[in-house]
Amino acid sequence: MEFIKILFSTTLDIAPIIAIIFGFQYLVIRKKVQRLFQVLTGFFLVLIGLSLFLLGLEMALFPMGGMMAEQLTSAAFLPVLAEGAQRHWSDYYWVYIFAFAIGASTTIAEPSLIAVSIKAGEISGGTINPFILRIAVALGMAIGITLGSWRIVMGLPLHGFILAAYVLVILQTLRSPRSIIPLAFDSGGVTTSTITVPIIAALGLGLASSIPGRDPLLDGFGMIALACLFPIITVMGYAQIAEWMEKRNRQYSESTHRTQGEN
Amino acid sequence: MTNLLSVFVRQARDSFRDLIPVILVMAFFQLIVIRQPLPEGIDFIDLIIGLLCVLAGLTLFIKGLQIGLFPMGESLAHAFARRSSVISLLIFAFALGFGTTVAEPALIAVAGKAAEVVAGGGLIDTTEASQNAFALQLRLVVAVSVGSAVLLGVLRILKGWPLHLLIIAGYVLVMLLTLVAPDEIVGIAYDSGGVTTSTITVPLVTALGVGLAASIKGRSPMLDGFGLIALASVMPIIFVLGFGLLML
Repeated sequence: MEFIKILFSTTLDIAPIIAIIFGFQYLVIRKKVQRLFQVLTGFFLVLIGLSLFLLGLEMALFPMGGMMAEQLTSAAFLPVLAEGAQRHWSDYYWVYIFAFAIGASTTIAEPSLIAVSIKAGEISGGTINPFILRIAVALGMAIGITLGSWRIVMGLPLHGFILAAYVLVILQTLRSPRSIIPLAFDSGGVTTSTITVPIIAALGLGLASSIPGRDPLLDGFGMIALACLFPIITVMGYAQIAEWMEKRNRQYSESTHRTQGEN
Repeated sequence: MTNLLSVFVRQARDSFRDLIPVILVMAFFQLIVIRQPLPEGIDFIDLIIGLLCVLAGLTLFIKGLQIGLFPMGESLAHAFARRSSVISLLIFAFALGFGTTVAEPALIAVAGKAAEVVAGGGLIDTTEASQNAFALQLRLVVAVSVGSAVLLGVLRILKGWPLHLLIIAGYVLVMLLTLVAPDEIVGIAYDSGGVTTSTITVPLVTALGVGLAASIKGRSPMLDGFGLIALASVMPIIFVLGFGLLML
């Protein structure tokens, strides 16, 4: 019954894109669709698949994120509190470890990231190491989520973090090798997969509702935004370091060449 | 038939590879760190069934995109990129951004959560109808913003405007709007910038950008294809902040 309801609303969700694609195809381009049967099968699979995913989202992904937030912040799990004392932010260290682990592990093995990093290594002509690039993206993602959960624990305003990250991104954009910039911005989007986003969102909201004094509405959001921003920073940072080391090596080998020539 | 089956098995394996790190980290924390029974209201069997639904759903969804929407969308994008009429190209760019975003699974998920939280905070009615209405409005605002971003990005490729200036201008606008927008919308707005650019939007919008850049002399496919996505992740923040300013 629940599934039929979801199926119905999913039909409405994908109706616009179907109307747009077929509308432009038949009214503006006015060509027949090649392999119409296959295309229609594809749309049918999208409908069933999206409905199943949304069902699983409510049954598993959201509860999992919320459950972790609840368990890791429950009084039974945290260190014993002296009477009348305030809880220090470092008491929640398992929250940060969990946030870091979930960010790094979901990113490092991401297939689209592996493909992109190999390509980037080829384009750069050896300056960029694909494996280190992957680590840079995963590290950025992990730092973003960890910082996001720390922010919720502390109750600090989100916009401060975002603005600081923006300023850093802008400065780095002006100073980075130009060919890396597209890749850096892309890596921000690549990291937030369809499975990770709901878990992170539920984790943030769960933390904000179980930590005393936090409001889900004001504090619960923002983890996804930070998770998208920090890979940009780490990737450009890596490119800058790689370029600097390349330059230093070249100067070093040039200067040794010169001294050898003088001898 | 066996061929079709093996295609699905391969796709399922890819989806499973996305899921496995999450399961491992969760299992480690449950078994080694927390070592407590699951909280009330969470059933282990439900979690497993739910994960299987996620797995099966993503497999079918992505396979369906690959055989249906992507080839057709890409051939349309190339056809429009080659056409001379700027107006129809711009209309198509907007429609493509809008349509792909409405169906984006991560956005559906986050918009639903946002509606729940906003209702919990007393800013809208707690009835299911008004929550659904808020979630839909939010998604439409985001979809319109992505549509405008793609339109602007295409215009930029045609005119050759420098990308980083547009993005920095977008960031500055975000900062200014943050100062005046209600605090309750800020987190939702920032997050909506990150969820729009995932499964459906990126491949189709990139196809449009790359096709367009390839057909115009002096444009680089790598730089221009990405530019659309970068704009598509800043614009939703601006629009949702504006939406909060007007509605809340």
